[in-house]
Amino acid sequence: MLKEYKTIEEVAGPLMVVRNVENVTYNELGEIELPSGEVRNCRVLEVDGDKALVQLFESSAGINLASSKVRFKGKSIELPVSGDMLGRVFDGMGHPIDNGPEIIPVDTMDINGLPMNPAARNYPSEFIQTGVSAIDGLNTLVRGQKLPIFSGSGLPHAQLAAQIARQAKVLNADSNFAVVFAAVGITFEEANFFVNDFKETGAIERTVMFLNLANDPAIERIATPRMALTAAEYLAFKENMHVLVIITDITNYAEALREVSAARKEVPGRRGYPGYMYTDLATIYERAGRNLYSDGSITLIPILTMPEDDKTHPIPDLTGYITEGQIILSRELYRKNVMPPIDVLPSLSRLKDKGIGAGKTREDHANTMNQLFAAYARGKEAKELMTILGEAALTEIDLLYAKFAEQFEEKYVSQGFHTDRTIEETLNLGWELLSILPRSELKRIKDEYLDKYLPKKD
Amino acid sequence: MVTGKVTKVAGPLVVAEGMKEANMFDVVKVSSDKLIGEIIEMRGDKASIQVYEETQGLGPGAEVISTGVPLSVELGPGLISNMYDGIQRPLETIREMAGANLKRGLEVTALDHDKKWEFKPLKKAGDKVSGGDIIGEVQETVIITHRVMIPHGIAGEITEIREGSFRVTDTVCRIKTEDGEIKDVTMLQKWPVRVGRPYKEKLPLDVPLITGQRVIDTVFPIAEGGVAAIPGPFGSGKTVVQHQLAKFANADVVVYVGCGERGNEMTDVLREFPELKDPKTGESLMKRTVLIANTSDMPVAAREACIYTGITIAEYFRDMGYNVAIMADSTSRWAEALREMSGRLEEMPGEEGYPAYLGSRLAQFYERAGKVVTQSGEERTGSVTAIGAVSPPGGDISEPVSQATLRIVKVFWGLDSQLAYRRHFPSINWLNSYSLYLDNIHSWQEDNIGDNFPALRTRMMRILQEEAELDEIVKLVGIDALSSSDRLTLETARSIREDFLQQDAFNEVDCYCSMDKQYKMLQLIFWFEDQARPLIDDGVSIDKMTSLPVRERIGRAKFIPEKEFAAAYETIRSEVSAQLKDLKGRA
Repeated sequence: MLKEYKTIEEVAGPLMVVRNVENVTYNELGEIELPSGEVRNCRVLEVDGDKALVQLFESSAGINLASSKVRFKGKSIELPVSGDMLGRVFDGMGHPIDNGPEIIPVDTMDINGLPMNPAARNYPSEFIQTGVSAIDGLNTLVRGQKLPIFSGSGLPHAQLAAQIARQAKVLNADSNFAVVFAAVGITFEEANFFVNDFKETGAIERTVMFLNLANDPAIERIATPRMALTAAEYLAFKENMHVLVIITDITNYAEALREVSAARKEVPGRRGYPGYMYTDLATIYERAGRNLYSDGSITLIPILTMPEDDKTHPIPDLTGYITEGQIILSRELYRKNVMPPIDVLPSLSRLKDKGIGAGKTREDHANTMNQLFAAYARGKEAKELMTILGEAALTEIDLLYAKFAEQFEEKYVSQGFHTDRTIEETLNLGWELLSILPRSELKRIKDEYLDKYLPKKD
Repeated sequence: MVTGKVTKVAGPLVVAEGMKEANMFDVVKVSSDKLIGEIIEMRGDKASIQVYEETQGLGPGAEVISTGVPLSVELGPGLISNMYDGIQRPLETIREMAGANLKRGLEVTALDHDKKWEFKPLKKAGDKVSGGDIIGEVQETVIITHRVMIPHGIAGEITEIREGSFRVTDTVCRIKTEDGEIKDVTMLQKWPVRVGRPYKEKLPLDVPLITGQRVIDTVFPIAEGGVAAIPGPFGSGKTVVQHQLAKFANADVVVYVGCGERGNEMTDVLREFPELKDPKTGESLMKRTVLIANTSDMPVAAREACIYTGITIAEYFRDMGYNVAIMADSTSRWAEALREMSGRLEEMPGEEGYPAYLGSRLAQFYERAGKVVTQSGEERTGSVTAIGAVSPPGGDISEPVSQATLRIVKVFWGLDSQLAYRRHFPSINWLNSYSLYLDNIHSWQEDNIGDNFPALRTRMMRILQEEAELDEIVKLVGIDALSSSDRLTLETARSIREDFLQQDAFNEVDCYCSMDKQYKMLQLIFWFEDQARPLIDDGVSIDKMTSLPVRERIGRAKFIPEKEFAAAYETIRSEVSAQLKDLKGRA
């Protein structure tokens, strides 16, 4: 029998102080029973002697200091997991909301997980073909990578994420593939877009969904990504599946974190976000990866909307320092109707070098990638110069670069959300574009590849 | 032994009462899980403890036992090739014990206490020794001879010294001190991480650390025993630069501290380094490397300790007479760990929430670098070169950690995201980076590379500066407005940037460039300029000169292997003359 406390001393925002507690431990899960009989979840943030500081996951409305009861469960928050979770929909705290039966758990796992031993990690090196040229060709995704999409309000990040979920495959491998989708404070419409997309393609059968929508309790968002990753860890490391985790939108998560921090009156870091946000985000992102003990993998694509499209805002900034690269969407390209509007130059995949080349994609991949980047950068500079000084001010070669940049955006980046290109197609397209430039400009490509792949001009 | 009880738990900070007898900075074991912590504040009989492991499930009433000793590392044979966590627990051993994830309360010794090492004495009974003196050797790896030293604080006469196969905890030597006391000396010694190991005196720094990276060795060199910082926004290639340095710097021992960074990066080092060959010895790089990893998902308090653990190990090898390089990636995460603990202690914050003592703590760390005469009865020098990455929020180095670091370090490699977007790597900005060691190593460069090497560097910097100024004009009025002479300067600058400063870390040849090759590459670029400039007056068009096939040869010179380079250098040089002469003839 769990001890019940009727000693709530204070409720303020998402926080509550309970007095005269015994044997309560840090990060323990608790329950509050309201006079109406309703039960809500909470967890212990701090214990000081007989006083426990407790964070509510739901609203504090209706809590009565005199008659509400608090119970501490002697364990941290756990998620019952099983292979049957595939195809199911859960709320942000892991309860089924699709009218289906409760999950019969194979195991229950602590949602906070344990840090992975770097000595036990397996370095991600298997190429994932997403069918999106700007990703496959230039910012290659590999299994076990964490690659966020930095977007802005109103940009089509959801379409891109759905496209990746739909098209992603590993070449020459039969895949035991699953998607875990976590909606963190997004609107019903956006969540519904994903549900419909997964349904249309039949992907829903191998998808686990955790939905915390915009009208759900904000503080619950602190738990939702962890629920999703715990389910993913089970599927990847116990059932040996290759799991793609999509979390949208991390900005809402960070805001929930700030709300709790502010309520605790902690010394804020930049823009009011807590000083420990880096560590906190890392405990989410670092759960992606592969290890030596399992064939499975967790590939993580968190989506975040940058406030004011500002990459130096603490949320994208700290994320970029933890994740292995980033895909950045550009409003400028979006306005030009380049779809998906991937801003190639500041986008980056840190793990691409291990995932490309002979035997993985094609021998010329690394060389052409660097050449495309360099040429596009120079082409954009030339175009800028052209807007200031006019076309006449450009040298002949710069004009070619400008032309290259234009065609690159038009043909290479802008492929729409329903074109699925193989890596061969992507690489060949790159060569076609590079042939706009004279061969002597292609300094970053080995001669043998130029001889082999450069389209011959008539 | 002092035993207290937990009264408060707030994340990694635990307060315990009944701790009056304990000392500041004592290591304590918390609860039945024996979580390791360190006392960082004392008030009455209450001690604030930062716990180096996850505190989930910990509550008031749990027992706290003080060990009475400060946080220390184990020093002895077996350090090399190992990967440790922030408080020196071997991660490979932990993996064997616990599998994929890090569990709490695991008790493991840092060094393998069962492994036997072949100890060869260098002293004999009757010799007088004092702390720091080398009494024998152990061949730890193919490259590193581990010199076993008398621990500091012991001096006297050797009464017995053994040869043979011993565990690190076995007595290899007995010493009779002046008081007549007999002390047993083992190969293992302990040293508190927050205290710098003593030395006799610091020496001026006049030898560069050769890293094989052109933009570093030629443009912004660092001296052996020097300190450098690499600030840069994410994606600008900090980690690649740090990895390149760890791979190719000509230090004897490298200590790589991954402080609050990605787990996969440490795995990368762990998997890649054993495969890579040290250009100097031809042996696997792992055989000279010690890794310290506190990845970003590991407990935050241990992040604060990991940098001290790393530098203490570096100092230990320095005391043996080695040149050691320590890379810390990233010191910003370390500073954030300080901030987090400071916040939980409810200290009055300084700038951006960082504690007011941030600057002095950083200075204390970097000041442990240097070239020293070691503390011993023998004449021996060693050095610790410290290179710290800084991750400024938004890439803006006006923030406190960058600023506090810049006040201390002598070399600043400023990474530039604009260069990174253009795939100019390493993206070290040549206009705002600096090295204050240039004057110190001037004569070394003249003696060992070439008489005119410092002059060539100056010339290069001048051209790059001129380019920056000319670029402003081009942006306003277009390239046609420039004189041919200015255009040649621009072309030379472009050649310096693309053919010299850019270096491909992932190319098997270009990843390492010897000093001699750097010198010759630079000479080639200037040889072209020198030969081309007089032709301007002869009316040869600049476009024709720059589109000569030999320009491409210069551009690809970086990919010519070291062995073939001397010959290729001569050919390219004569091709430059020949092709330009040909142009002149046709003009």
